[in-house]
Amino acid sequence: MKYIDEFRDGELARNLGASIAATVQPGRNYSFMEFCGGHTHAISRYGLSDLLPPTVRMVHGPGCPVCVLPIGRVDLAIRLALERGVILCTYGDTLRVPASDGLSLMKAKARGGDIRMVYSTIDALQIARDNPDCEVVFFAIGFETTTPPTAVAIQQADAEGLKNFSVLCCHVLTPSAISNILESPEVRQWGTVPLDGFIGPAHVSTVIGSRPYEFFAEEYRKPVVIAGFEPLDVMQAILMLVRQVNEGRAAVENEFARAVTRDGNLKAQDRVADVFELRREFEWRGLSVVPYSALRIRQRYAAFDAERRFNLDYRSVPDNKACECGAILRGVKRPQDCKIFGTVCTPENPIGSCMVSSEGACAAHYSYGRYKDMH
Amino acid sequence: MGEVKRGYVRPLDLKHGCVDLTHGSGGRSMVQLISELFAKHLGNEYLGQGNDGAVLPAPTFRGRPGRLVMSTDSHVVSPLFFPGGDIGCLSVHGTVNDVAVMGATPLYLSAGFILEEGFPLGDLARIVESMAAAAKEAGMPVVTGDTKVVERGKGDGVFITTTGVGVLPDGLELGGSRARPGDVILVSGSLGDHGVAIMSKRENLTFEATIESDTAALNGLIAAMLATGAGLRCLRDPTRGGLAATLNEIAGQSGVGMMLYEKAIPVKPVVAAACEFLGLDPLYVANEGKLVVICDAPDAELLLNAMRAHPLGRDACYIGDVIADDHHFVQMTTTFGGKRIVDWLAGDQLPRIC
Repeated sequence: MKYIDEFRDGELARNLGASIAATVQPGRNYSFMEFCGGHTHAISRYGLSDLLPPTVRMVHGPGCPVCVLPIGRVDLAIRLALERGVILCTYGDTLRVPASDGLSLMKAKARGGDIRMVYSTIDALQIARDNPDCEVVFFAIGFETTTPPTAVAIQQADAEGLKNFSVLCCHVLTPSAISNILESPEVRQWGTVPLDGFIGPAHVSTVIGSRPYEFFAEEYRKPVVIAGFEPLDVMQAILMLVRQVNEGRAAVENEFARAVTRDGNLKAQDRVADVFELRREFEWRGLSVVPYSALRIRQRYAAFDAERRFNLDYRSVPDNKACECGAILRGVKRPQDCKIFGTVCTPENPIGSCMVSSEGACAAHYSYGRYKDMH
Repeated sequence: MGEVKRGYVRPLDLKHGCVDLTHGSGGRSMVQLISELFAKHLGNEYLGQGNDGAVLPAPTFRGRPGRLVMSTDSHVVSPLFFPGGDIGCLSVHGTVNDVAVMGATPLYLSAGFILEEGFPLGDLARIVESMAAAAKEAGMPVVTGDTKVVERGKGDGVFITTTGVGVLPDGLELGGSRARPGDVILVSGSLGDHGVAIMSKRENLTFEATIESDTAALNGLIAAMLATGAGLRCLRDPTRGGLAATLNEIAGQSGVGMMLYEKAIPVKPVVAAACEFLGLDPLYVANEGKLVVICDAPDAELLLNAMRAHPLGRDACYIGDVIADDHHFVQMTTTFGGKRIVDWLAGDQLPRIC
């Protein structure tokens, strides 16, 4: 497949692995966080850690959209479907995120909720047009990648005067999450989570550009290399991070130059700015309440805001006590450090959200790497 | 079944007519549906007996009594018509293949139809014609059947359950528990075609090249493989859950592990591209005309040659080895040289968001 296979070349990957091994300094440990679930997935799916020297450790970050979705938010969506009789549309992985009372959207569907998986907000709009007598709610989740399509859908619904469409907005912001991790006591005070740099998001950065990360490089002295989601991108980014660490530099470098510019996608940013504004605070799974870390729909488009339209009040629900998703999302623990990993919590019966999506650290390790814990 | 005298009843309106509840009520319309549609296309000496059950000769293999192999499969595919096939031929191929992978020669099929009120009779006729053609090609006639009609909204157009029997010669033993460390794993061709054809149609996606389902009866290919006398351990058709589910099943049943080589696994570029697009992994996507083969390592070449000489095995290749592993993991050496598990699927394959 053109433009894909080139970035999955095993020979080049092994060469890059050899370059990394030759570049790391003896006696020095390197610890890098890949922020995005897309990178976590690539690392596990292609077995990249086998190609890295043992002194390079990858820490999985919180950039998996369904992993950071708190139970209370999924509860809202389930309530809309089961109690208010709306047609609830959302993206694939979201269907399996565990919620209160042993439910998930998938299980709520089995109980009679009209819950539909869509590939795009365009599909959700079409469902609204096709069902003028039903309320159709798009459960919008994700980072800056999925935000512009939601903005477009709301603008489109507004232009068409679509009366039965609204959005339950749970869009979150990448830079806030990175700040939160860098400010966490484990990184800042105690040093229990050594972090020498970040692999910066791929698709998110196509929208927001590389500029927002410059603050982290300057303020926290952490190198950031923005990388694509293909395995060679990840390997190249690791090499670039190792070099920065060796040279004592902390800069934003762009490995994903084929898609990411410094300013990002200005048109998409304009649309997002037209429809959304910052929320004062938002609860994340694992990071708890993070100020100014998410978006809400502006007053001008209030008619399309499901929270206003259905008078929803958010109730925070604590995670299962034994679940270590929070610590895993912050890089404090690894999946296999969790007592219920692979025993109580499995992909078939996820207790925590990190076990849901293959972008989640737990599901990725369970599905692709657990043999390493056993041999 | 009875015969309605022609001339006194209006023939079935295949152009504009729809299935209604009377077609399942046991009255004249039901008899008419059976005679003008099912018997017309599927008819043979056994179905023509018109009794509650078909009386069949005792099965023999080359003149000697053999053992019976029996398998059943329900088909609920949506959409009913897809590039490369439809629910009719699929319902025949599915059961033919389940019988044939046991090493048996397919003999007879039964077919049960659950029809939804309002389903166009013209579409039903297309489905039955396609079934008849598939049954004829596989040499497995439909000898008995049943039709039920459910109210509108209580079915999804057409559901078809087929049951098949075949005859297995004494001495031939194939099965999921027979894989041994040292055996090799072969596949008969590219993976994921059927599932991606269905998904693309469902999502209304069009690609430059149409992706066609690989639905096909594998008994001919299997007969050619058996004729080589090669040391076969197990044959499976990797349908739901794809190659990954089939190999995990065999690994569990045989108490072995497996090592696949990603580079060797055949996936058509257009299928790989569609999978990228839809967020699917071709290893987990259904096939309806492919074979997974576990065999003695020294016989692999012999088998591959026999498979490649058959139109349905043209792209047959070696993809991995059976290994000893107490945890019964199916592992894969990636194109990168790294290793990973090829696990059971957890629920349905859902697209990732990022």
